[in-house]
Amino acid sequence: MPQSTSELPLQLIDSVVIRFAGDSGDGMQITGSQFTHTAALFGNDLATFPDFPAEIRAPAGTQPGVSGFQIRFASSDIHTPGDAPDVLVAMNPAALAVNIKDLKPGGIVIVNTGQFGDSDLAKARLTSNPLKDHSLDAYRVIEIDINKRVIEALAGSTLSPKEVQRCKNFYTLGLMYWLYNRDMEPTLKWLAEKFAKEPAMVEANQKALRAGFNAGDIQELFQGRFEVPKCDVLPPGTYRNIMGNQALSMGLVAGAELAGLKIFIGSYPITPASPILESLAGYKQFGVLSMQAEDEIAAVCAAIGGSYAGHLGVTSTSGPGLALKQEGIGLAIAIELPLVIVNVQRGGPSTGLPTKTEQADLLQAIFGRNSEAWLPVIACATPSDSFDCAVEACRIAVQYMTPVILLSDGYIANGSEPWRLPKLEELKSFPARFRTEVENFLPYDRNADLARPWVKPGTVGLEHRVGGLEKAHLTGHISYDAENHEFMVNMRAAKVMKVRDSIPTPKVEGPARGEVLLLGWGSTYGSIWGAQEMLAEQGIEVARMHLRHVWPLPHGLDEIFARYKTVLVPEMNLGQLVRVLRGEFPQRNFVSYPKVQGLPFRVHELVAKVKSLLGR
Amino acid sequence: MPDDIVPTTTAPKPAPLDKKAYKSDQEVRWCPGCGDYSILNAVQQLLAQLGVPRHQLCFVSGIGCSSRFPYYMNTYGLHSIHGRAPAFATAIKTANPELQVWIATGDGDGLSIGGNHMLHLLRRNIDVKVLLFNNQIYGLTKGQYSPTSPPGLKTKTSPMGSVDRAVDPIRFALGCGATFIARTIDTHQKHMLAVLEAAAKHKGTAFVEIFQNCVIFNDGCFDEVIERSVRDDKTVDLIPGKPLVYGKQLDKGIKIDAAEARVVAPAEATSWDPSTRSAAAAFVLSEMAEQPGSPTPIGIFRSIQSPTFDEGMNKQVQAAVAKRGPGKLQDLIWSGDKWDVK
Ligand code: SF4
Repeated sequence: MPQSTSELPLQLIDSVVIRFAGDSGDGMQITGSQFTHTAALFGNDLATFPDFPAEIRAPAGTQPGVSGFQIRFASSDIHTPGDAPDVLVAMNPAALAVNIKDLKPGGIVIVNTGQFGDSDLAKARLTSNPLKDHSLDAYRVIEIDINKRVIEALAGSTLSPKEVQRCKNFYTLGLMYWLYNRDMEPTLKWLAEKFAKEPAMVEANQKALRAGFNAGDIQELFQGRFEVPKCDVLPPGTYRNIMGNQALSMGLVAGAELAGLKIFIGSYPITPASPILESLAGYKQFGVLSMQAEDEIAAVCAAIGGSYAGHLGVTSTSGPGLALKQEGIGLAIAIELPLVIVNVQRGGPSTGLPTKTEQADLLQAIFGRNSEAWLPVIACATPSDSFDCAVEACRIAVQYMTPVILLSDGYIANGSEPWRLPKLEELKSFPARFRTEVENFLPYDRNADLARPWVKPGTVGLEHRVGGLEKAHLTGHISYDAENHEFMVNMRAAKVMKVRDSIPTPKVEGPARGEVLLLGWGSTYGSIWGAQEMLAEQGIEVARMHLRHVWPLPHGLDEIFARYKTVLVPEMNLGQLVRVLRGEFPQRNFVSYPKVQGLPFRVHELVAKVKSLLGR
Repeated sequence: MPDDIVPTTTAPKPAPLDKKAYKSDQEVRWCPGCGDYSILNAVQQLLAQLGVPRHQLCFVSGIGCSSRFPYYMNTYGLHSIHGRAPAFATAIKTANPELQVWIATGDGDGLSIGGNHMLHLLRRNIDVKVLLFNNQIYGLTKGQYSPTSPPGLKTKTSPMGSVDRAVDPIRFALGCGATFIARTIDTHQKHMLAVLEAAAKHKGTAFVEIFQNCVIFNDGCFDEVIERSVRDDKTVDLIPGKPLVYGKQLDKGIKIDAAEARVVAPAEATSWDPSTRSAAAAFVLSEMAEQPGSPTPIGIFRSIQSPTFDEGMNKQVQAAVAKRGPGKLQDLIWSGDKWDVK
């Protein structure tokens, strides 16, 4: 436990939001992840929101180069990384300028004055020094020359002056550990492992961490310290902290295992989906064949080839990549093979905002191919939910012999939260069946789910051809027959609609009828839940419901929608789900609440929207 | 769960291997007189000759006249999308290494829309056989110029003559580092059979350009070279280990000197070796036909051994299993730092 000798009062609080902000090269993402790691091991509930520029190292000291990491940790069950930070750590003027507007009034801002020279202010395009012009009067400003402090702390180190400066982030982290009465041990251990081959780096960073921690005791910068107790209200179980992309990758491996298949992943690197290919490339012991293809098109085609050959084909991408893959996906629909297409959405159109989040690929996912090319679409709600959704995508793909699009987004992909680890026996298997029986074999015969038989090439006696030309019902021979085409178009659509028979009607949380139902899909889950709780605290009861299966929509929705005067749908797009809902349920009242800033919804924004809707 | 699909009978023995066994029950729909027929015939004959069981064969294609090929083979077949056959084939061979995988493609499919994928197929050296039907024209879309059309060719989309420079498939393949490169002629069954046999036996990507006549939109485009009466004088067959002699009377030879190939007396002809470390000689030969009076090389330009992608990928999986043991879901999920909530 913390070794602080401080006699300052320790104040118990329920939840804290800290934002670390600095230059892309300042190591803020590492600082944030280490704080997260420690909070997780301590047993807090938490949610994180890394926010970084698209450039790897944007020009130093500039506002576009600012990288941020927000973490909220709590003793209660929380659902979002928080609307506004309680504490802002600003490593330079640019970080301060970009982030100060988000800080809570009266919040703490810790500023590294060592980086506030005239040239630093100029790089950040500031005409006056915020530390002197009273623009920070509404906050509690703690000024520390971190540049100088690390030099002092690392006096005698063999590291170059430049390397010494790179330990600043651990000094800052140490100070935050002191302020929140945290244990340094997990980070000390992590440093020892991370730099195992560079003992001088281990020593320097550990020293910087301790120096930052001790500074809290010695320097009298603060009037008190805070403690956020363990969260005991989470459901019992074993937990680990998990990021969305990580959970999704594991879910794919689990899904393939539950189907009794090996994965063939064909992908092309793209932000923010690349970590999925990277993870799967490291799971070769599970028989995963991972191919970094020459482009997005080759990636999806290779994945389909993998499924054709008897593996579970997977391809992962982000919006622009999905656009490129759509022709291939159409083929997978025509030849009716399982395929999981992961789309980690980002801001668009075109290259758009590669590192920012958005939900604007929903219509692309459902409708974005030539002709009538239906497929199931499901969406992850949170980082840990990505595991379950990946398993579900595999299940649907295999059971219905269909490509499935699994939507995640940048917020889920890079965000993290505690994950209650599933017991393996809780996971239901859905073994794939390969046809080997020769008698009465028809490539486009169908079972009760309308799925056609899956044949591994190499099977004796079942040689047959499939392709993108329209096929005759049952035989699969090329057919240009008018009636057959219409029959097959309907058949393929009917098969996708059949998925509804194997998915549950989502649960309504809150009043079973009333004024407002907050309806979400994807990563708006946490914000909507948070808003419902905040409204309840203010005496306003609203219901909420979340869609995992966004196409086909589950059975039973109409009865639910009918029980509310308004169904309010917040989306990080211009109202895409609402368009789908209005088409399916024209008699119900949907109100769209769009936000397209590359940022998730704040709980306050949703609360205000509901209140204005209710005239309160 | 597709529970109505339950294996009840055991599979019969592979069908006897005669050429007919490789013919599917589908009516062949190429234009009468199209060069594609003779390629189909040669492939079926070769497979029967080599005795490759039908269930172990997989033909993959893209889009175009040539890409209808899989429908006519009584084997496994995937008629995919335009230009992408190499990507499908790569995965099929890697995920199912027992299969013998062939790609049927054309000059448009393989070198225009699918040029990028062809590059990567060749450089990765996937163990698949590529039949590139080169007719210097777009057939299925009814006669537009292709990337192999000679400059100046007048077509519907180039009424004043194409201003595109043409790509030479052989030089393209050489540039991509292909491990087997050959050229043959649709009307020369014997030659085609020999080249295809060498291709089938090559381990790695075997790239075979086939001069193929499109009777409808580009009839006779290769006649200057391949017409029976001139063929022997206008082509030189690259046969590994044999001198580069040609002509009806075998009265001429080719000598490769530094960066040039010249016509010489047979006795002076270079003995052909397609397996040299450097591909320079093959490259020199590939350019030779552009000099007036020089023959067009056909036969085997290049044949070298190199590790294949499909084997490399599978070896890595085996190595990972050997090192870490077969992956266990429990270990994967229940890894990292954990804590308990009671
Ligand atoms: S259009 Fe040309 S290439 Fe196509 S089938 Fe007819 S003759 Fe053959």
